[in-house]
Amino acid sequence: MPSLDDLKKRIKSVKSTQKITKAMKMVAAAKLRKAQESAEKGRPYSQKMQNIILNLTKSINDPQNAPKLLIGTGEDKKYLCVVLTADRGLCGGFNSNICKLAKTNFKKILSEGKELNIITVGSKGHDQIKREYSKYIIKKFSFKDKKNISFNDADVVGKEIISLFNQNKFDKCIIFYNNFKNVITQIPQAQQIIPAETKNLKESNDENFSYEFEPEEDEILEDLLPKNISTQVFKALLENAASEQGSRMTAMDNATRNAGDLVDKLTIDYNRSRQASITKELIEIISGAESL
Amino acid sequence: MPEMFTVEIISPDQTILKQETNEVIIPSFEGQMGILNNHIPLITFLRPGIITIKAESEKRYYVEEGTVEFSNNNLLILTSTARDLVNLDKSKINELLQKAEANLSNQSTDKDRYIASYKLETLKEISQ
Repeated sequence: MPSLDDLKKRIKSVKSTQKITKAMKMVAAAKLRKAQESAEKGRPYSQKMQNIILNLTKSINDPQNAPKLLIGTGEDKKYLCVVLTADRGLCGGFNSNICKLAKTNFKKILSEGKELNIITVGSKGHDQIKREYSKYIIKKFSFKDKKNISFNDADVVGKEIISLFNQNKFDKCIIFYNNFKNVITQIPQAQQIIPAETKNLKESNDENFSYEFEPEEDEILEDLLPKNISTQVFKALLENAASEQGSRMTAMDNATRNAGDLVDKLTIDYNRSRQASITKELIEIISGAESL
Repeated sequence: MPEMFTVEIISPDQTILKQETNEVIIPSFEGQMGILNNHIPLITFLRPGIITIKAESEKRYYVEEGTVEFSNNNLLILTSTARDLVNLDKSKINELLQKAEANLSNQSTDKDRYIASYKLETLKEISQ
């Protein structure tokens, strides 16, 4: 049985923890709004970009000579996985969910006997993945000191991916990130960016445009494809930022509530043992008086 | 009155503009290009220059690069550098101008030089 003093100390410490989690929740809520806004504003750009690429893919006449960034190297041996996570913890299952999905994929790739390379963005993901897969990690990025993610940050990652591709370091590139659905739900996702995924192609539009290209088709693709990679990375970063804040908000909300429950329970314990000690003292006084 | 079509300017972080218009003039890579209603489907990219949107009131945007798609009477301009000329003040223009001047001599390929010289020219034009 803990003493009265111990209980008092515990109540105090739980209360101050509650204050911290409450403050974090408020901060996350404020940041969430901004992050959500920029994620939603950023969606049209990446979607339209993807659409143009898909339309272009359809109108390519000579698939043999199409740029490799678009159709891939034709092989399926080497994989590059880019895992995008947050730089901060205390956001529920946010980071672990991405890593879990990524690790399942890593296992599959390795069990099929294929070569695996990993790039991590964000320090939390790096920490989790290096435990098991440290020898596959070839590069890590962290935007810890950045307050808002700008397109240039994504461009750095995009350029790195492209330069690795040009060195023939991989055949397929997959990025892992959390898709922001709403504040409570974030869905970890794996998106293949090289070669461009053509799965969604059918639903976009069935009309077959014959585009006029100016300048030549391949020149446009040469300009557009690297840009598309950076755009997709940027989109993933924005979605991630919004998801991180959403996830943190929910996690901190739960923590605040749990701390409240704990304080209630401890207060009952405290009152009970205070009452017990008073009763004990009374009994002692009374029995002392009786014996006189 | 010619018929209208939709023009959209989208940057990675926001939709800058979406409106109906009669005519848009874009600085395409191989020269100025005027786009009217019912243009054939087109994909091109931009060099530094000025996008002019002609509706009831005229709007002008300074761009450095971008991708343009026209289909189904919908003109889509994807760029990360569009700036409304109204919001671009003199000091900012001069700053960009100085950078562009310094940059021009550092370009290694013909293509980069071509882009840099257009950037300089455009900036000079709007700084007047």
